[in-house]
Amino acid sequence: MKNIMHPYDIRHETDMVEPLDFNRRSRLKDVDKCFKAEITNVIRLTDMEKLFQIRMVNDKDWERFIFLPGQFVMLELPGYGEIPISFSSSPSIRSTIELCIRKAGKVTQALHKAKRGAIVGLRGPFGTYFPMERMKENNILLIAGGLGLAPLRAPISFVIENRADFKEVHILYGAKEPSQLLFDYQYDAWHRIDDLNLQVIVEHPDKSWVGPVGLITRLLEDIKVPPDKTYAIVCGPPIMFKFVCKRLSEMGVPMQRMFVSLERRMHCGIGKCCRCNIGSTYSCLDGPVFDFWTVMNLKEAI
Amino acid sequence: MLFKTIKKQDLFDLYFSDVQCIGPKKVGTNYKGKPIYQFLPFSSFDEINLDYETTEYSAKTYFLPYKETLSSFQFKDDDWDQEINYRTRPRVIIGLHPCDINALVKLDKVFEKTLFPNPYYITRRQNTFVVGIDCKKSCDHGFCSSLGSYTVTHGFDLFLTDIGDRYFVKIGSDRAFNALQKIETREITKDDNELYLQTRNKFEDGLEKTVRVENLPNLLDIEFESDVWKKWGDKCLSCGTCAMVCPTCYCYGVTEHISMDFNKSDKIKQLYSCNLNDFAQVAGGHNFRPEPATRLKYRYYHQHRGFVESFGQPMCVGCNRCGRICLAGINPTDVITDLQREQKR
Ligand SMILES: Cc1cc2nc3c(=O)[nH]c(=O)nc-3n(C[C@H](O)[C@H](O)[C@H](O)COP(=O)(O)OP(=O)(O)OC[C@H]3O[C@@H](n4cnc5c(N)ncnc54)[C@H](O)[C@@H]3O)c2cc1C
Ligand code: SF4
Ligand code: SF4
Ligand code: FES
Repeated sequence: MKNIMHPYDIRHETDMVEPLDFNRRSRLKDVDKCFKAEITNVIRLTDMEKLFQIRMVNDKDWERFIFLPGQFVMLELPGYGEIPISFSSSPSIRSTIELCIRKAGKVTQALHKAKRGAIVGLRGPFGTYFPMERMKENNILLIAGGLGLAPLRAPISFVIENRADFKEVHILYGAKEPSQLLFDYQYDAWHRIDDLNLQVIVEHPDKSWVGPVGLITRLLEDIKVPPDKTYAIVCGPPIMFKFVCKRLSEMGVPMQRMFVSLERRMHCGIGKCCRCNIGSTYSCLDGPVFDFWTVMNLKEAI
Repeated sequence: MLFKTIKKQDLFDLYFSDVQCIGPKKVGTNYKGKPIYQFLPFSSFDEINLDYETTEYSAKTYFLPYKETLSSFQFKDDDWDQEINYRTRPRVIIGLHPCDINALVKLDKVFEKTLFPNPYYITRRQNTFVVGIDCKKSCDHGFCSSLGSYTVTHGFDLFLTDIGDRYFVKIGSDRAFNALQKIETREITKDDNELYLQTRNKFEDGLEKTVRVENLPNLLDIEFESDVWKKWGDKCLSCGTCAMVCPTCYCYGVTEHISMDFNKSDKIKQLYSCNLNDFAQVAGGHNFRPEPATRLKYRYYHQHRGFVESFGQPMCVGCNRCGRICLAGINPTDVITDLQREQKR
């Protein structure tokens, strides 16, 4: 029997199919491999969120690490666990990636204690993305609620970098309280960009707040765009994008032109563990980015 | 496919002494006095019974172990190294019934023939020599006839059918072909063919089609809010046993475990069940499927709709292990029948 059943070792397989993603492009054995990355900067955004700038340790890995706005990465903190996090920076910045992380549980709490120089692991990029190319030559509404600004920052950067390709650009952002506003140091820079409409609204203002007060849908009231020449990207909690998308529908924007990003529990990111299923759709493979028409057709989506 | 026949006792000469062998072993009797079998390692053929009816657990554990270390992190100062290991030791499993082999074929679709092939599964699968055998009569409550999983065409190395004093053998791989060189084989005669077909026809005539499943993908969508889910869901204990014994359920969770000396951390994969309370719970406490009923529904939804959408066939093979083992008496045939009755009302 021995000579019939040679131990078959997958590590000797070399000619695997050339696929799209990083972990797939690498040889089959690397499916579970974390690529080493160093935290180069930690920026405190609020009490709950920090922005981590991360760079691959190995330059070769880096060259192949290409992502698109809306995709996510599995961030491994050895000893603690692995979590899905959306890219929060522009895909065109080739020196570092940025991940904005909220303190929520075991892994994220440990990450918040991590210092510059810490070595973490990355697997990815995974998932679907916002079809930025398709959106060109159109008006674009970039709408975020709460932590939703973290994933939205990637398409925002893309749109700003390729401003000439888009018509009207509106960035609308809402949060519960002023103290929870993310990336507040960037608003000024965005404001200064000519012909780009940025509006921020809070539900519960504090004494120093001078901007608009209310729910994010209020900001949509003043926006007049031809609906069939408009795309929208909406990131935020389900209840928020449900109302926003409803309002956009009323404005006449087709559901297939609205994109949202859904979050589910994830343990693999590659369509195996089933933890991320919505109905029976894998949000790690077929999502996290979905158009709203698809979301409407998913069981248990909202 | 190549066919041969072999003398029954010659199978024992194929006995693979230098590799681990697994087969249906009797481990006890149940309260009805029926023997209970499990797929367990054995060292001589007297320990197993190839005429067994069914096993309590499926042979899935040998391909998707309940617990498995995916990788280990070795810490060095402020740095770490990741070590990934796959099981590559050969193994032989003897006595898998068609439903169990069909279940493996379905798992192949998920773990081998997809976007992200899974090395852990593939090495186990490639290093396992599968000897299947046809059932003599349908098992208690099995509904393989509804799912067409009582015949197999691939996914095994050798497949045996008892035709009296000989086995009718299907040869499914070149390594099986080579293994057969060790014993005396006979080309198929006309009589062998006749006997084989008779045996199979007799078996198939004894099968009853208990439930219909073709309409389930559509029905599950329409009856998403049905009271049937509440009825059965309220009984469910959310224990997850059904998924553990199922030959096709594959969902899992990953956790990390640090060694006592803090020098090492293991990333451990553990099979999970969508019926367990925290299956879809996320940080902050929100649970996308808080009630047992929604979780139970989800299991059927994945088995009979989601899988059909992805792979063109249901995931369930109708072995009814989940129904037999459930402490709450939730049997898939009853649930499906109820759902269909709902539709007719
Ligand atoms: C596609 C996607 C993008 C995300 N992007 C961001 C982001 O940019 N910034 C950010 O702060 N958070 C993001 N999250 C949420 C983030 O993944 C969770 O906050 C994180 O997993 C919590 O892990 P924990 O160990 O701290 O929590 P615990 O409650 O201790 O969770 C234990 C384990 O459960 C799983 N888990 C728990 N909650 C979630 C969840 N919401 N989503 C997925 N897995 C979960 C993880 O495997 C985690 O390790 C994203 C989630 C998804 C699915
Ligand atoms: S269906 Fe039965 S076996 Fe499955 S979780 Fe519910 S009580 Fe447990
Ligand atoms: S769901 Fe039940 S009947 Fe179907 S394959 Fe799994 S254990 Fe067998
Ligand atoms: S995260 Fe594991 S299947 Fe999607």
